[in-house]
Amino acid sequence: MHALLDWIVLVACGWLLIGLIGIAFSRQFLLITRLLFPFGAALGLLLAALALSALVAGPQVRILPLGLPDLPFHLRLDALSGFFLFLLGAAGAGISIYAAGYFRRGEGTTPGQQCLRYHVFLASMAFVMLADDGYAFMVAWETMALSSFFLVTSEHRHAEIRRAGYLYLLVAHIGAVGILLSFGVMAGSAGDYTFDAMREFSTLGIWPTIAFLLALFGFGAKAGLLPLHIWLPEAHPAAPSPVSAMMSGVMLKTAIYGLLRVSFDLLHAQLWWWGVLLLLIGLASALFGVIFAAVQTDMKRLLAYSSIENIGLIFVGLGLALIFKSFLAPNLAALALTATLYHCLNHAFFKSLLFLATGSVLHATGERNLGKLGGLIHRMPWVAWLALVGALASAGLPPFNGFVSEWLLLQSFLFTSGLPQGYLNMLLPVVAGAVALIAALAGFAMVKFYGIIFLGQPREEKLAQAHDAGRLERIGLLWLAAGCILLGVLPNVVIALLDPVTRLLVSGGLGAVASSHGWWLLAPISEDRASYSPAIFLCSIALFMPLVYFAVRRYYHGRMKRVAPWDCGFPLQTSRMQDSAEGFGQPIRRIFAPFLRRTREHPSPFDTEPRYHSRVEDPFWYWLYLPLTRLVERGTRIIAFLQQGRIAIYLLYSFVTLLTLLVLTRG
Amino acid sequence: MNFYALFAQLLELAVALVLAPILNGWINQCRAWLQNRSAPPLLQTYYTLSKLFHKDVLLAHNASTLFRAAPYIIFSCMALSCAIVPTLSTDLIFSPAADAIALVGLFALARVFIALAGMDVGTSFGSLGSRREMLIGFLAEPALLMVFFTTSLISQSTSLSTIVETLAHREFAIYPSLAFAGVAFTMVSLAENARVPIDNPATHLELTMIHEAMILEYSGRHLALIEWASCLKLFAYSCIGIALFFPFGIPEAAQPAALALAAIILILKLTVGGFLLALIETLSAKMRIFRAPEFLGTAFLLAVLAMLVHLLLEAGQ
Repeated sequence: MHALLDWIVLVACGWLLIGLIGIAFSRQFLLITRLLFPFGAALGLLLAALALSALVAGPQVRILPLGLPDLPFHLRLDALSGFFLFLLGAAGAGISIYAAGYFRRGEGTTPGQQCLRYHVFLASMAFVMLADDGYAFMVAWETMALSSFFLVTSEHRHAEIRRAGYLYLLVAHIGAVGILLSFGVMAGSAGDYTFDAMREFSTLGIWPTIAFLLALFGFGAKAGLLPLHIWLPEAHPAAPSPVSAMMSGVMLKTAIYGLLRVSFDLLHAQLWWWGVLLLLIGLASALFGVIFAAVQTDMKRLLAYSSIENIGLIFVGLGLALIFKSFLAPNLAALALTATLYHCLNHAFFKSLLFLATGSVLHATGERNLGKLGGLIHRMPWVAWLALVGALASAGLPPFNGFVSEWLLLQSFLFTSGLPQGYLNMLLPVVAGAVALIAALAGFAMVKFYGIIFLGQPREEKLAQAHDAGRLERIGLLWLAAGCILLGVLPNVVIALLDPVTRLLVSGGLGAVASSHGWWLLAPISEDRASYSPAIFLCSIALFMPLVYFAVRRYYHGRMKRVAPWDCGFPLQTSRMQDSAEGFGQPIRRIFAPFLRRTREHPSPFDTEPRYHSRVEDPFWYWLYLPLTRLVERGTRIIAFLQQGRIAIYLLYSFVTLLTLLVLTRG
Repeated sequence: MNFYALFAQLLELAVALVLAPILNGWINQCRAWLQNRSAPPLLQTYYTLSKLFHKDVLLAHNASTLFRAAPYIIFSCMALSCAIVPTLSTDLIFSPAADAIALVGLFALARVFIALAGMDVGTSFGSLGSRREMLIGFLAEPALLMVFFTTSLISQSTSLSTIVETLAHREFAIYPSLAFAGVAFTMVSLAENARVPIDNPATHLELTMIHEAMILEYSGRHLALIEWASCLKLFAYSCIGIALFFPFGIPEAAQPAALALAAIILILKLTVGGFLLALIETLSAKMRIFRAPEFLGTAFLLAVLAMLVHLLLEAGQ
């Protein structure tokens, strides 16, 4: 009966074991990359398969006799954790097999340590999703934060990477405090930290709201919500690419999982304004993320901001689902929640794919700056074509997977009329307009990302020596790209898988309705109201293209000559004259100037070496973080007055404290 | 799926492929008359396409496979979009395959490919055009979606066939929400089809071009396909406009007689619509590129207004 849960625990322990073998045979480079990492990937596939069957199997519980004497680890496997475990396994398999080809000798830390950290990271994420009490959850959560911190700082010799890692660790721990306090509030005075006890928590009044807000703060910090996103664009570029992919594709989703667990499962009296709060924060994050993605010049930083955008969209969907649930509209809530979870899965695939592609580019060229890349489609066709799938999916274009979840999200916005809150009825369609703007801007950012890296002429000489990805790397990329296509073309299969999750959380599901018209037609409500068939899309484009191609060849000819490009009568065209990353982002910088903080340096006519320099910075540093750090510094200076550096004074402190405590306990 | 639906579908696609270049020729003719020039023949676009198909393709050294595949992808997308929009009948086999949102997604797919193709050769004008096209795109797309949302809220459906059926059977009156949406849609279509206030389809002055800059490197059959695809896009937008705002005369059942009548009505509507488009283009001057956000922002706000007007004034009725 409990076999599934045991198997999943075994998989996670298998990862831990792989990590230990890796550190034990730290010098055996080939053993680690050719055996351990692929084996980890196979375990990922196994986990995905197990999690799939767990989706329908019903909840299972286990108590592990680990940890402190009175606090054993409670584990629980239900549909929600099953779905996220599937995400971890499926996306993780692709990333692991890529990582097998990616990690090289003599880069930063030794492969053995890398292997240990990486697999501990994987296992801790699995345990986060299995944990059934606050204590086990926090242990897994902190292990996850620490192992990913060490992965981020793999190349710790660079000062900026150490700084990025520090920032990440800081925000992760501030967030963890929020989560811990939230569990504390939910555990109440009884002090029982199991999730079962928290589900019983039904204090009315302010306490559920406090627990929700603390959880939002804590998980929002991990997810990269505004204004706690600050670590994300620093840590993602600093980490090695498979780690960035894992963090962005999978780790951010653990925060979504946590928030879903707390707000939909543990707390059961949702207030509608929680949903509005989630919606607005999500919208702000998404808009901010996509605008900043469009102006970045570093490819991994661009993707990091794009992750903020996608997380924002996921929170918009979460907020919507929460609103519907609080108004007791289970079918609408199921639609919004399906869109949200679907987007989690999609983002895990396409963002990992894109991060891994940047990894290959980085290995081939040693360059992260978009302004020094270009034309790589000729030198690295595999990476370029697979990255195209990721870029199109990320831009939310049919028939790829990003489009399906955006479509579902927009659908759930359109059928809101009839909520008892008049303002909400008006607000929600307008928010849908904003979501449409975000999706369109994502298209801009992705054209920039893809066009500047892979198309055009090489902007530097050394790019001519770029080499394509190795075999294992290709397998990883192919797996993720195939996922992007399959998730896009077979939406009904995915929705049927999500059905148990939405039934668990909002007691409504789409599975039966959505596929009632056949596997090829997605109609979440009814065919008259909305339908979309990616299979027909793909088939008709795939049929039309060769038809037109052969018709043109048949009736005309296929003659073709290679010539120099048209130079508009100006013969001195160089590759430097293409749009740079800054140039491509210029319209965004101009239109959204009020949101950005930018410094520009124009050359004067008298400069002997004219230089143009433009930099866009995150305004939150200046609006929020620098004032905050100044405040903290001032505070610490006052507190520092206590530290006189003399032992007598410290003894006095202890004495006074002791006396006070004695007086207090006596009274 | 029945035989008539399949027949209507194929007929609609064929009509779109044939009529789209003629619509383009008609607009050019009207524009020439309005501007006191002697007009090109109605079939001029066909002559141009035929000429281009006969010519050899001159491909830049640096052009990749993506560059060569893009014309076919764009043409297929536009043909599919023409097949999805109900013009001759609402009973089409493709109509469940895509609703209004998916249609917008299809246009976006074509736009992304043309922008990527523009960047592929790596000339300065190509990427400049791509950048501008994506700028217009991200401004126009939300406005277009908002127009569709308004009509979707009216008909409680995003399926184009249902929208057309609902709107065609409403009591004939001027609905303020549709009026606002109509203005917004007109503005968006001007921008999306590279027409005058935003772009000039006749220009080859490098600094002002958008669409032409991206396709500067194309020649021969590739260029012909792209030109044809642009005609199809204009045709699709005209048909969307007709379907949303003047849906009268689009039959629900695909009987041959009804289809023939619908085709005649469609041609009449397109004739008037083409003339109006030429009139707009003659009466307005091209804007600076950085006035485009204001123009399209206005379109977006009008579309939002249309939706709010519907929710405030009309939804209760």
